[in-house]
Amino acid sequence: MRYLPLTDTDRSAMLETIGASDVDALFVDVPADHYLTAPIEGLPHHASEMAVEKHMRALSKQNLAAADAAFFLGAGAYRHHVPATVDHLIQRGEFLTAYTPYQPEIAQGTLQMLFEFQTQVAKLYGCAVANASMYDGSTACWEAVAMAGRVTRRKRVVLSGALHPHYAETVKTMAKFTEDQIADALPSLTAKPDNAGLIARIDDQTSCVVVQYPDILGRIPDLAEIAEAAHAKGALLVAVNTEPVALGAIKAPGELGADIVVGEGQSIGVGLQFGGPYLGLFAVRDPKHVRQMPGRLCGETVDAEGKRGFVLTLSTREQHIRREKATSNICTNSGLCALAFSIHLTLLGEKGLRALAAENHRLACIAADRLAQVPGVTVLNDTFFNEFTVILPADAREVVRKLAQDKVLAGVSLGRLFPKVDALSGGLVVAVTETTTEEDIATLGRAIEEVLA
Amino acid sequence: MNAPNQSGWKPTSPVTGAADGTNTVTGNKALMLEEPLIFEIGNCETTGVDLPEPDLSSNRLGGFARDAEIGLPGLSEPETVRHYTRLSRQNYAIDLGLFPLGSCTMKHNPRVNEKVARMPGFADVHPLQPVDTVQGALGVINELAQWLCKLTGMPGVAMTPKAGAHGELCGILCIRAALEAKGDAREVILVPESAHGTNPATAAFAGYRVENIPATAEGRVDLAALKARLGPDVAGVMITNPNTCGLFERDMKAISDAVHAAGGYVYCDGANFNAIVGRVRPGDLGVDAMHINLHKTFSTPHGGGGPGSGPVVLSEALCPYGPLPFSELHADGTLTLVEEETAGERHPHSFGRMSAFHGQMGMFTRALAYILSHGADGLRQVAGDAVLNANYILRSLEDVLDAPFGASGPCMHEALFSDKGFADGMTTLDLAKGLIDEGYHPMTMYFPLVVHGAMLIEPTETESKAGLDQFITALRSLAERARAGDETLKAAPIHAPRRRLDETLAARKPVLTWSEPEVAPGEPSLSEQGGS
Ligand SMILES: Cc1ncc(COP(=O)(O)O)c(C=O)c1O
Repeated sequence: MRYLPLTDTDRSAMLETIGASDVDALFVDVPADHYLTAPIEGLPHHASEMAVEKHMRALSKQNLAAADAAFFLGAGAYRHHVPATVDHLIQRGEFLTAYTPYQPEIAQGTLQMLFEFQTQVAKLYGCAVANASMYDGSTACWEAVAMAGRVTRRKRVVLSGALHPHYAETVKTMAKFTEDQIADALPSLTAKPDNAGLIARIDDQTSCVVVQYPDILGRIPDLAEIAEAAHAKGALLVAVNTEPVALGAIKAPGELGADIVVGEGQSIGVGLQFGGPYLGLFAVRDPKHVRQMPGRLCGETVDAEGKRGFVLTLSTREQHIRREKATSNICTNSGLCALAFSIHLTLLGEKGLRALAAENHRLACIAADRLAQVPGVTVLNDTFFNEFTVILPADAREVVRKLAQDKVLAGVSLGRLFPKVDALSGGLVVAVTETTTEEDIATLGRAIEEVLA
Repeated sequence: MNAPNQSGWKPTSPVTGAADGTNTVTGNKALMLEEPLIFEIGNCETTGVDLPEPDLSSNRLGGFARDAEIGLPGLSEPETVRHYTRLSRQNYAIDLGLFPLGSCTMKHNPRVNEKVARMPGFADVHPLQPVDTVQGALGVINELAQWLCKLTGMPGVAMTPKAGAHGELCGILCIRAALEAKGDAREVILVPESAHGTNPATAAFAGYRVENIPATAEGRVDLAALKARLGPDVAGVMITNPNTCGLFERDMKAISDAVHAAGGYVYCDGANFNAIVGRVRPGDLGVDAMHINLHKTFSTPHGGGGPGSGPVVLSEALCPYGPLPFSELHADGTLTLVEEETAGERHPHSFGRMSAFHGQMGMFTRALAYILSHGADGLRQVAGDAVLNANYILRSLEDVLDAPFGASGPCMHEALFSDKGFADGMTTLDLAKGLIDEGYHPMTMYFPLVVHGAMLIEPTETESKAGLDQFITALRSLAERARAGDETLKAAPIHAPRRRLDETLAARKPVLTWSEPEVAPGEPSLSEQGGS
């Protein structure tokens, strides 16, 4: 077996040192009636690297890769161009094959990167402090809800109807066990998000109100108005962002008054990967909330010679110190995805991020205008960044399935996101990024025209 | 919160006035290169990507266009490559040498796994594509799920949990849902003191009170004491097997039987599955739920902190309560997804969704490639060699290091030592830092909590005998120095990129983000520095 360095000669010599007759003798504590003396039956035996590659390639080929289609899916996962440099650097063994930086003297590479990452996220979100990552946007969202409960000591949570339904479901699952009361809603198909309706649901028992920005339909809600209303009732505003590239074009949630800003970082550096691993971003506007944050934090310090260095810090919040009193049970997070994000964002810089955002928006405007010309189709949004909702005069799920046969991945239907809600069945969320060509947009327009004809 | 740069160190100025034979002007020492922060070398004008000039003059952003500067520095591509390459060289990694962190299973990360994960059919597919267009992705999930079920002897597996701790939560939520379905509200989860911190944290998050399970003098669960504590208020137990003292819980089946008889469920922390894969099936021991860290046993790289993946195998009793979504194989070979839409018919008792999308696909492809490479025979050999290596370390060092459970029989995949016998004032930390100077990553320190000054050493199966012999020689020398009270160890490490770091300062005056130092008159700020 190519990954196992011991030879039979080694094994014999080692067994002699140990004083055991054979390897099986080392398993004496496994009751004999449960000890397997041979490989488990019905499973294949070892395979060469070539054979493994072949097997995996065959499976890979049973998928339609985005690059082989006219591609318009978003709704929480976006296809962006990731420079080759990013993938090269994250595969350096010193990053790829290191553990969580528990020994800072020999983990300054990872730690400095995390310090830079935390700073980049804080700036992007308009916040004081960001942590070293969570699993993904949806789990970061429920951690934010849990944290808001700790800060406000209240149990009522108001979810905007235009929050990604997977995020809402995740929060609702957790709430079943934490006894938080979750008030959710369905999105209303209006050109502008229904802020008044949302604000009316906030009361003086509300711990937090959770608002996606831009929202699941692509609209850009006025966070400042919601923040003001929430704060007036002593509630926190949790802003959720699933497309960080948008923040190169629109104001930061922290700047608009959001107290906890969480989101999905996948768009920058990580790639689609069928939904995971992704990158949960988590930040707070007010530094006094730092001690209620979940997850790891990297901080600056000095070494015994006075040189600057970095360490994991404020660990008294965490499970390995506080055990059942920890702010979260998270241990392993998304370190390597954070590295990919940070490298990509460093390559972009302020200038590149703004240009990237502008290019996304420009192409999205072209796509919206094109689809608005399709007979019977209307574009819902007043505002959007790189994703918008069109209302089709047909079941959008059926349309999506049909077009997929011709390698047009037209978008995410609201029927997929909110099944069995008739009022939403015509909705199709269309995302456009810098990887979309004007040719792709023309193809989509034509394809929808044909299928509706 | 904003005392930038506590040391006053500046990247652009010489570290010392002049080179003097020991110090250099730059602070660099040949291949050991100091590297500033991106905020100190980049600026808002530089970019490493070519994009069209932005024009947002006519836009549909409402009134929300961002005008103020964000403050994100950019670097050109060559500068970016150099920055991160230089940083990477300040890290220890498996690729460089033995990484004996107990309980973490830092084994070799095969590169073919990286290659397959990047195949376009896996890397470039969206989680919400129509299922007809992702049959291969669902195929990977399904194939890996079948392996995990067969290797553990369990009937079902929840694939979506994103790491071990998330898997623990999944298992405990299944237990809670199963009890609630019976109208049986219970309040307590029993956890041994030796358990990993995520176990009590998880149980508490799921709304349970955590109580301690006593251990025997030989380092295992005290079955009699456990039985005495079981009762109608106990929802279940969380047992790590092999446990964090590196021992197999011999009485596991009896523990399970007792817990079941008392109406509770058995959660097994499977972080240490590497020791037993192919040699014993947790399903045969009465386990109801167990997470498997794909980033440990099945070699997906730990990436400096993640990502991981923590599928949870489930017993017949808990399967009905597992999370959404999951994939279902049909008789004609096609795969579909059970999500919220069809859950009502297909999986009505699910406790719900734990995250967006379908789990850590990028980890599934790597783990499956690893499993296929080994096969059932190779995996059995993995456990054998991992246990052999650990016992070799245990027996080669127990004359100089105290092995508190050395008399409890062979260890499993990790060897546990204590600081007993060290000279006054010498600590596990000193020895660990000494290992750094010898070119090794230290072992897990001060865990499990039940052993004083614990040193938990897990070599894994991917180390050669020659490599282990050198490690043993280094550790023996350090143990002797610690016993002799060699004060020079207190200064270790002296050869690492940094000396011991002041963790107290970091926590007392937290600096968690970079902020621009006060600009001295005449010096340009970040945004004013031109292209470099
Ligand atoms: C025994 C044990 N249990 C649970 C965990 C948690 O796993 P994860 O870090 O993947 O969340 C770990 C590892 O960190 C562990 O060693």
